[in-house]
Amino acid sequence: MEKFDVIVVGAGLAGLAAAWTLAGEGIEVVVLDRGDYPGSKNVSGGRLYLNPVRDLFPGLWDEAPLERAIVREGATLMARNRSFTFHYTGSELRNDRPQSYSILRSKFDRWFSERVEERGGMILAKTLVTDMVRENGRVCGVVAGGDELRADAVIACDGVLSLIPEKAGLRAPGRPHDYAVGIKEVIRLERPVINDRFGVADGEGAAHLYAGDITKGLFGGGFLYTNGESLSLGLVLSIEDMAREEEAGDAPALFEAFKARPEIEPLIRGGQTVEYGAHVIPEGGYRSLSPLCGDGILVAGDSAGFALNLGFTVRGMEYALASGYHAAKAVIEAKKAGRYDAAALAGYQKSLEESFVLQDFKTFKDTPRVLSNPHLFGHYPELIGNLLRDLYTVPAGPKSPVFTTLRRHLTLSQLWTILKDAREVTKI
Amino acid sequence: MSDIKAKLGLNVFKPLPSPHIRIRPGMERDPRLKAAVRACPAGLYAEGADGVFTLTIDGCLECGTCRIACGTAVLEWGYPEGGAGVQFRFG
Repeated sequence: MEKFDVIVVGAGLAGLAAAWTLAGEGIEVVVLDRGDYPGSKNVSGGRLYLNPVRDLFPGLWDEAPLERAIVREGATLMARNRSFTFHYTGSELRNDRPQSYSILRSKFDRWFSERVEERGGMILAKTLVTDMVRENGRVCGVVAGGDELRADAVIACDGVLSLIPEKAGLRAPGRPHDYAVGIKEVIRLERPVINDRFGVADGEGAAHLYAGDITKGLFGGGFLYTNGESLSLGLVLSIEDMAREEEAGDAPALFEAFKARPEIEPLIRGGQTVEYGAHVIPEGGYRSLSPLCGDGILVAGDSAGFALNLGFTVRGMEYALASGYHAAKAVIEAKKAGRYDAAALAGYQKSLEESFVLQDFKTFKDTPRVLSNPHLFGHYPELIGNLLRDLYTVPAGPKSPVFTTLRRHLTLSQLWTILKDAREVTKI
Repeated sequence: MSDIKAKLGLNVFKPLPSPHIRIRPGMERDPRLKAAVRACPAGLYAEGADGVFTLTIDGCLECGTCRIACGTAVLEWGYPEGGAGVQFRFG
């Protein structure tokens, strides 16, 4: 029977980060992935923030297939038939060490898996893990393709549904409240067209988020990232809200309506859709994280629930990379001690608590609740739309003073609502 | 052809030897399946006039939305075997 030091389940960012770190220390590691090749089952919105993870993977980033450095941020609040947009850009964002890049996961993860192999890690694609091997209650391997593969430790990086930790008894199946689904089209567009349309140069890109009427009152929002020669256009929708609200329409129809908005259509005009993907996203934050280890097993990435939506930034990939790294470090320590029980692996939890990963999750533990305020997706976009309409409209007759216009929309009860919502926002 | 079928046609799929997600026998009229009709990004669930829900597995994006929306009491849910199903070229 095959026996390895470590089995990693899933060649996503968490799994590859763990394997890269372990292989670098000469530990015998195999990554099992169910895709035809590593990366072929992986979908992200497509934006990676490098600062938190740059130093964890020295030398990795110089040659990495990153699409464009984001130098132009934008957000649009969508009301029914108008919208309000702002941009943040300038020389400040165009420096030698850009903080974030758009990426395409199939390309990036395949490249990353080759770097793991260069270091002596093994990657086995086309291999679905269906169960755990357990002895005396501790995990000591996996079942894949009907065969048992044994290891001192298993790192579960099997993605958002977290089926491996579920099988290992570490967690229950996910509840609709804690998840959203992201739907995305990759739209091919020539490089110079992207540059002109988004006001960027070669290698530079834009990121834009959308909230409001596009989700018909449901929790969620849209995103657009520029890649080298394509756009990633996506819509994120709360699964709980989709399940509950009959009025909103189905997910494919909401996506089509989003694409047809006059704010979006000119940006994708002439583009050719080349792929349609979807991915479930953990949205529950700190309160919904899985237990991070058990006897012989550690959990990292989406499988542990490591994604964080803060409205202006939506992050998951850095947490996946960092949690994979720290899981590997904990296994390296356990190997020195020669023990792989939960107590021996507990350094993983501790190092995550000392890193940005769990510190961010604790800081923003109330954010999922505050951001789920339905006012943000319907009421405020319309209110701002009404205000702007009246400020910009020139009527046939005399125009009201600006203050009268403001007071008409910002009534006392309106201000009271805003104040109450603002108090909630202070918690994030 | 509907928009969604045309879009799914752009993806690379490797043949599935057998469906990896099934509505559990006897659950075909379970109202929890309504959530999948609305939430499935590939539009693979449908409710017939007779109140019977159906699932067409071809085109499945393996995202897991239906597992979370409907629960495992209604759906027998697994990933396709290694190398089968959707293969993202961009991701």
